[in-house]
Amino acid sequence: MSYSSTVQELIDSLGRLPGIGPKSAQRVAFHLLKAPPEEALRLSRAIVDAKERVSFCARCFNLSEGGDECAICRDPRREERIVCVVEDSQDIVAIERTQEFRGRYHVLQGAFSPIDGVGVEQLRVKELMTRVGEEDIEEVIVATNPNLEGEATASLLVKYLKPMGVRVTRIASGLPVGGDLEYADELTLGRALEGRQVLDAGTPADG
Amino acid sequence: MALYRDHAVVLRSWKLGEADRIISLHTHDHGKVRGVAKGVRRTKSKFGARLEPLSHVSIQLYRGRGDLDTITQVETVDRFTTLRDDADRFARAEAMLEAVDQVAQDREPDRALHVMLVRALRTLNERDSALVVAAFFLKLLAHEGVQPELDLCVDCGNEGPFAAFDFDDGGVRCHEHRRGRPISDGAIQLMRRILGGGLGGVLEAPVGPATGEVDMLATALLEHHLERRLRSVAVLEQNPR
Repeated sequence: MSYSSTVQELIDSLGRLPGIGPKSAQRVAFHLLKAPPEEALRLSRAIVDAKERVSFCARCFNLSEGGDECAICRDPRREERIVCVVEDSQDIVAIERTQEFRGRYHVLQGAFSPIDGVGVEQLRVKELMTRVGEEDIEEVIVATNPNLEGEATASLLVKYLKPMGVRVTRIASGLPVGGDLEYADELTLGRALEGRQVLDAGTPADG
Repeated sequence: MALYRDHAVVLRSWKLGEADRIISLHTHDHGKVRGVAKGVRRTKSKFGARLEPLSHVSIQLYRGRGDLDTITQVETVDRFTTLRDDADRFARAEAMLEAVDQVAQDREPDRALHVMLVRALRTLNERDSALVVAAFFLKLLAHEGVQPELDLCVDCGNEGPFAAFDFDDGGVRCHEHRRGRPISDGAIQLMRRILGGGLGGVLEAPVGPATGEVDMLATALLEHHLERRLRSVAVLEQNPR
């Protein structure tokens, strides 16, 4: 037995969402059909509203609501001279939670991954270079993921930003706070040793 | 034999569910295998870092009933650190992985191919020689049984001189029967040396006018054989403006 075309269309649309297979799509569709009308309408309205009001920031490609630029780019209290480069908008939320960063952002909208066909043209690298050229930027912090694609993206950015004479830094990589050294994997621990910080330079004490 | 051990190169990986990954591997004894690595996307994962593409690992898998095996243990053999830190070399290494991913068959042991891939990655890791990828592609084609004909015209059997390379017939053509892409004598010489056991010397040699030509020809030949474009190669040619 097959479903009526309306139900099938709903299942197919849901099935195109990431992480939702045909079986999950069917489950969600039936949940919506059984649910009270308000619930289904609230979901549909949320989707329509989000699509209408939210766009990408013209400057940093973060999500932005109500205007060409996002709330962070519009905020005059943010430091203009430091730009933190991230892969996706979600990463901004993670960095904002640290409350350690008061500069601005730039979202690449992906990571360098040749095997998936993602290269410099698919990333917002050109836009970053334009910003470095036009704005008063002194430092670019590369905060891409510490995995293969993220590291490759970092080296790609260095390649293109080097001639522009801007300071480029990379976020450190190391052990999770509250963890035990003995359970750390050797790669992370190795990186932590590589990026160690000076506690005391070892100069002889005076007197 | 539910559990087995092998050596493998990680070709690529996909996210699966909340915290898992599907890893595509080319193994020494079991051909191309796809396995599930459970929980590797969590920060607590101890072997997630070892299963990134480009890694050469010693691995233990559990063969279940389905298509996907479960990865139970991983140790690093080679990490190819230099390849990872250089965007250009990384893209070229990925082109080789993509080619192997296309050519290799699931669970069809191909030791020669595995060894060839590991050697090519090691070479590219040690020195940034322009012809590593082209040489790998040519050797891969020879391994697949479609080595290009470089000594006799594919039309008349003439021993040269040659003027063109014909992709459909997979070989060179003399002036009289020219068809396909023009080819220089330097490129033919270089390709003969690569396929004739002179690879070491070719990689040592400085970049000449034929280098780029051979690189393009080898890619075009492989793409012709695969009947599809290689995405990594397209990315290599990109510029930000």
